[in-house]
Amino acid sequence: MTPVKLYPPKSDKVYFFGTCLVDTFYPEAGLDGIRLLEREGIEVLYPEDQTCCGQPAYTSGYQSEARAVAAAQLRLFPEPWPIIVPSGSCGGMMRTHYPQLFSGSEQEVLAGEVASRVYELTEYLVHVCQLRLEDRGQPEKVVMHTSCSARREMGLGETGPMLLARLGQVELVEQERAAECCGFGGTFAVRHPEVSAAMVEDKTLAIEATGAGHFVTSDCGCLMNINGRFDHQNKAVKGEHIASYLWRRTS
Amino acid sequence: MSARDNILKRLRERTDGPLTAPDSDFAVVTGRGWSAQERLERFERWISSVHGEVIHTSRGNWTVDLAKLLKAKGVRRLALGREHPVAAEARAALAEGEVTLIDADRDVEEWQQEQFASTDAGLTSTRGGIAETGSLWLWPTPDEPRLISLVPPIHIAVLDADTLEDTFFDVIEAHGWAGGMPTNALLISGPSKTADIEQTLAYGVHGPRELIVLVRHAEERP
Amino acid sequence: MSVETYTPRAFHRQAHDALGNPQIRGNFRKAMDGLMAKRRDVFSDWDLETLRELGANIRLRALAKLPNLLEQLEANCEANGIRVHWAEDGEEACRIIRELCESHGAKSVIKGKSMVSEEMHLNAHLEAAGIEALESDLGEYLVQLNEQTPSHIIMPAIHLNTDEISDIMHEKTGTERTRDVDYMTAAARAQLRERFMNADVGVSGVNFAVAETGTLCLVENEGNGRMTTTVPPVHIAVTGIEKVVEHLRDVPPLYALLTRSATGQHVTTYFNMISGPRKAGQHDGPREVHLVLVDSGRSRIYQDNELLDTLRCIRCGACMNHCPVYTRVGGHSYGTTYPGPIGSILMPHMLGLEETKDLPTASSLCGACGEVCPVKIPIPDLLVRLRREAVGEGRGNVPGAGVKRTKKEVAAWKTWQWLATHPSAWRGSLLMAGKLRALTPSRLGPWTQYRTALKPAKRSLHALVKAHRREGEDES
Repeated sequence: MTPVKLYPPKSDKVYFFGTCLVDTFYPEAGLDGIRLLEREGIEVLYPEDQTCCGQPAYTSGYQSEARAVAAAQLRLFPEPWPIIVPSGSCGGMMRTHYPQLFSGSEQEVLAGEVASRVYELTEYLVHVCQLRLEDRGQPEKVVMHTSCSARREMGLGETGPMLLARLGQVELVEQERAAECCGFGGTFAVRHPEVSAAMVEDKTLAIEATGAGHFVTSDCGCLMNINGRFDHQNKAVKGEHIASYLWRRTS
Repeated sequence: MSARDNILKRLRERTDGPLTAPDSDFAVVTGRGWSAQERLERFERWISSVHGEVIHTSRGNWTVDLAKLLKAKGVRRLALGREHPVAAEARAALAEGEVTLIDADRDVEEWQQEQFASTDAGLTSTRGGIAETGSLWLWPTPDEPRLISLVPPIHIAVLDADTLEDTFFDVIEAHGWAGGMPTNALLISGPSKTADIEQTLAYGVHGPRELIVLVRHAEERP
Repeated sequence: MSVETYTPRAFHRQAHDALGNPQIRGNFRKAMDGLMAKRRDVFSDWDLETLRELGANIRLRALAKLPNLLEQLEANCEANGIRVHWAEDGEEACRIIRELCESHGAKSVIKGKSMVSEEMHLNAHLEAAGIEALESDLGEYLVQLNEQTPSHIIMPAIHLNTDEISDIMHEKTGTERTRDVDYMTAAARAQLRERFMNADVGVSGVNFAVAETGTLCLVENEGNGRMTTTVPPVHIAVTGIEKVVEHLRDVPPLYALLTRSATGQHVTTYFNMISGPRKAGQHDGPREVHLVLVDSGRSRIYQDNELLDTLRCIRCGACMNHCPVYTRVGGHSYGTTYPGPIGSILMPHMLGLEETKDLPTASSLCGACGEVCPVKIPIPDLLVRLRREAVGEGRGNVPGAGVKRTKKEVAAWKTWQWLATHPSAWRGSLLMAGKLRALTPSRLGPWTQYRTALKPAKRSLHALVKAHRREGEDES
């Protein structure tokens, strides 16, 4: 668990690290995250050369490949601005595993320095921006699925729900076994497809059982997994990234 | 080289070099600061929560409560020691009664079948109790051997209220256990139990089905 | 007696079978939900983080001093009259125990719960030598009656429900078919009492071995552990070399963590501390006590600073109870003595990665195991470390290192690496993916068997941000 973090005052400028899943499959979620930050008067820098944090290779055991890709990202954030990541999974990779990955190498200091500036998006919105939200949407129920990385690796089980609680018309409903993994786990879903399927099946049933028509998550891996299962079953429940949900209801 | 030497050699010639041992701060398992009353309440609450039965009695009158208890439980054959004051007082009080007293201070081989098959209850003293977990601590002796708190279906334990302490850690430290351990030291917290059949609690699987603690207070309680 | 066999090699097939078995699924789900809730409740009034910190600390200190503590343990045990034996591996440990039995002419061994004895397949070894080994922990007894192995390290029969157990007891011991747990428990009590009295040797495990005093600590609820270590004339305790702790005062915090983490109990019925055989003048207890210290790969794990953390384990099973994979596939699917997360980081050292290569990947790295571990073993990090070893990118000090490395997979990751370190190529490929999204196959192997495939977005975030910037400039 991440130790209690002392948060700095709001920065005039931040870097935005979009993550490869957002870049490829959910670019709107990334853009909505940028818009939320900009609305708080923050200039958002999006380093053009960003690709992937390196996590897929890292968790698959391909350490040198992961390190090479991570090293390419380390160079993208030369100024001391915070680095905002719309994913607990990639955020956790950068904050927790970059220092381990480069331990004993020439980039050790840089990796530690970059890691110390990494914030997950909802974390930054809650703890640094003290975000206020004016809800313009219709009354509805929503379920939050916090990713395991956000919850456990980054210690951010509460930031998503805190933001949703600030939407006046939205009732946040809790699913059964809220803290249980949805079964994505990156390459886990491919290497152990049946186990992963059993997990996402239970997750969709738990979300559906709340009676809410919407769920949100702060990680696109979970989103892809859970939505993919709902779609496959022709279920009406729709999920989106929390950044899109917040932006959609307040813009 | 022997297995012993091989193993120790590998451990000593560790690839990543010698390790540094951290210091430990035990504050979290001590320093509860409970009053005698709080200790008693906690002890009773915890041991009751696992089906231990508590009967409050007094130093002067406890054998009367023991006799009542034996009658209520239908105990006809009671195993007990001889020398410990608890055993001696119980023997004196029960000498004229209907309960058959079975000598526990003899080699188990002499009476194993009797102990396993036809002894209704075992009576033992205790050295003290632990409030935090509702536990009794016993150091079995030749007078009160290990098995009389285990084999008969009922275990009756006598605990003096003023021997309750806060935590297991406190007991070990206060009584200098590390300076001389007996052959067997025991914590007992309730009757024998199992949840191995679909998480359903059942009591008395191998040891006693019932544990009754006679808590002796120095004075008669109002 | 033949025992139903599961192997780690067959993880996929075994998991498939378990996933398709509603009984198994239901039994585990119900049990794990209950155990998680009980653990949460029992720690609610504790400063859990400080207690875990202390637990980790005590185990680290013991490991830091391990060779000296083992020698101290040996010396103090011997001084107390406990004979100490050392075994390089399970086979040697089995041989030591068998020879001890034979030297007493033993025909029947009664066993308290011991995972180390499971690890070295002691029962089969003894039976091959004509010595009957009977489990006395109720769960172990039921599993043995059913010719199976334990599916959980703390609750061996957790895969079975009441009706199944009733059937097993009826068929094997002639009891009535019933849902009355008290009846079945009483029947087992009666069946086993005879066996305790007649057993020649009792074999138990050890939860903590205290170097300072030469004391063996056993944690249990049933009383079978006390029976096993008190009634037969000879008691043989068997344990891994890592189970030693330095001081007696190290025991209370570990005991507090163990019972609460394992079953959500604030304490177990018995905490049994043995410091020697029956002495002159004493009336019960075994005439001989032996301690068998088993290495079985532990000293190899010990060599490596990262892998070392594996040896902190106090075998509470909380990582299993909280694992979403274990909950669904159950203990037998893993095909190893220790299933679940701890098994997946421990068994590769004992059996090699060739045999266990599917275990370190059988985790979504959700982190639940590491979060609840009472001695703070970073289980997810160790799973990743073993994945690294399996593909030949570790330090090579796990048996079978590199066994999963294939040219095809390496090529795929190298291609990914090249793209992800060449930003313009990366952007180009996203552009192409967006343009060709209509061609995205709707069937992508296992993923689309259960989920709809996702098509790449028409425009990547890179492209959207560019457009967004242009809008911003137009507006200003």
